[in-house]
Amino acid sequence: MITIAGLFTFDNFRYLFIGLMYTLSVSMISTIFSFIIGSIFGIIVYEKIPYFSKFVSISVDIIRNLPLLLIIFFVYFALPKIGIHFSIFWSSVVAFTFFEATMISEIVRSGINAVDIGQFEGARANGMNNIQTMIFVVLPQAYKKMIPPLVSQFISLVKDTSLATGIVLPELMYRGQIIYGQNSNYMVPVFVILAIIYFLVNFGLSRLSKIIERKMA
Amino acid sequence: MIDILLKYFPQLLNGFWVTIESSIIALFGSLILGTIFAVMQVSRNKITRIISETYVEIFRNIPLLVITLFFFAFVAPVAKKIGLPIDGFTAGTIGLTLYTSAFIAEVIRSGINSISSSQMEGAVSNGLSWWQAMRYIVLPQAFKISIPNLGNQFVNLVKNSSVLAFVAGLDLMYNANSIAQNTFDSLNTYFIVAIFYLIITMPISYYMKHLEQRFKGGAH
Repeated sequence: MITIAGLFTFDNFRYLFIGLMYTLSVSMISTIFSFIIGSIFGIIVYEKIPYFSKFVSISVDIIRNLPLLLIIFFVYFALPKIGIHFSIFWSSVVAFTFFEATMISEIVRSGINAVDIGQFEGARANGMNNIQTMIFVVLPQAYKKMIPPLVSQFISLVKDTSLATGIVLPELMYRGQIIYGQNSNYMVPVFVILAIIYFLVNFGLSRLSKIIERKMA
Repeated sequence: MIDILLKYFPQLLNGFWVTIESSIIALFGSLILGTIFAVMQVSRNKITRIISETYVEIFRNIPLLVITLFFFAFVAPVAKKIGLPIDGFTAGTIGLTLYTSAFIAEVIRSGINSISSSQMEGAVSNGLSWWQAMRYIVLPQAFKISIPNLGNQFVNLVKNSSVLAFVAGLDLMYNANSIAQNTFDSLNTYFIVAIFYLIITMPISYYMKHLEQRFKGGAH
């Protein structure tokens, strides 16, 4: 008879819950930063400034085509060699931010492209300059269209935070491993619990984005 | 940088091939699984539809690492007891296949949905059964439309194959970590490995961008 009763203690669940908080806070902080940086990248690429836009767009493509795990290890292990030190928490935030920013810049660029050209012309004809047109007229409309892809990006970020186990960020996956490391009978239940937690968070988010999408339409 | 590249070139090349091998096996596996689940989802049978939707939602919303570690830490030791050895590479590739198949099912399903329903009706009224019409008329067109998305999924697959490093899968990322530990030069090692990854992913993703543009300009 396999006993797993010892797994279902208050302490274990609190331990996992704090892991979930790590997962969510890393995802949220990275999303906010990458939203800002990604918007800037997206606008730069859209504006087609000679040389500079090309340079940004190639850099974005390079980061987008690398494994996220490589970027995490690079930030945590390689950047200190050139004098840039981050704690484990901030290393993961920096790595996720840059990776996600490149994804978001693509979303922003195609969002701006989808805005009707008449909107630009109308704003310019009413005396707004380029930057005003972008901030007050184009971006609000573009962001509206971008909500569903942004939410699905957030979902993949929540899943990807599990990769930060590689640099020992005490998030959900890592804490799960610690718990089943104590007793191998706990392995299957722990995996099931982890799967359920991730599933509930992500499935809930994707349902939420569908509701928002319907309300907006 | 050059000395690391020269000294560890055979090891890097081995990892490079393991990454490609695992990605290609997982691509074919997930194409087959994904197509089956996509067809199940558009079929008129309610039970197959529910099974397929559940499968897709589960594997889309759980991290790849959770799936892979489950196969490595739990399934592999159990399989070993009954004489079925599963190493890190196999466990990782199974995880990749299951995870990617959920995304490919979505890609193929939207491909099928974008084929005009008159294709299906026309085929059925010409005496083909539903299965024949799906197999010979709808799916070939759906695959063609889905090529850019499938290519992007392959790029994701190559990138995601780095989880093999967690299960001693001997892929590029795993070798990168071991070289970085040997040389104490993580900066240059990770630079070299990044180039190896870009050799695979950059051409495919640029070509898929080009195809997407061409498909948009086409008759559809």
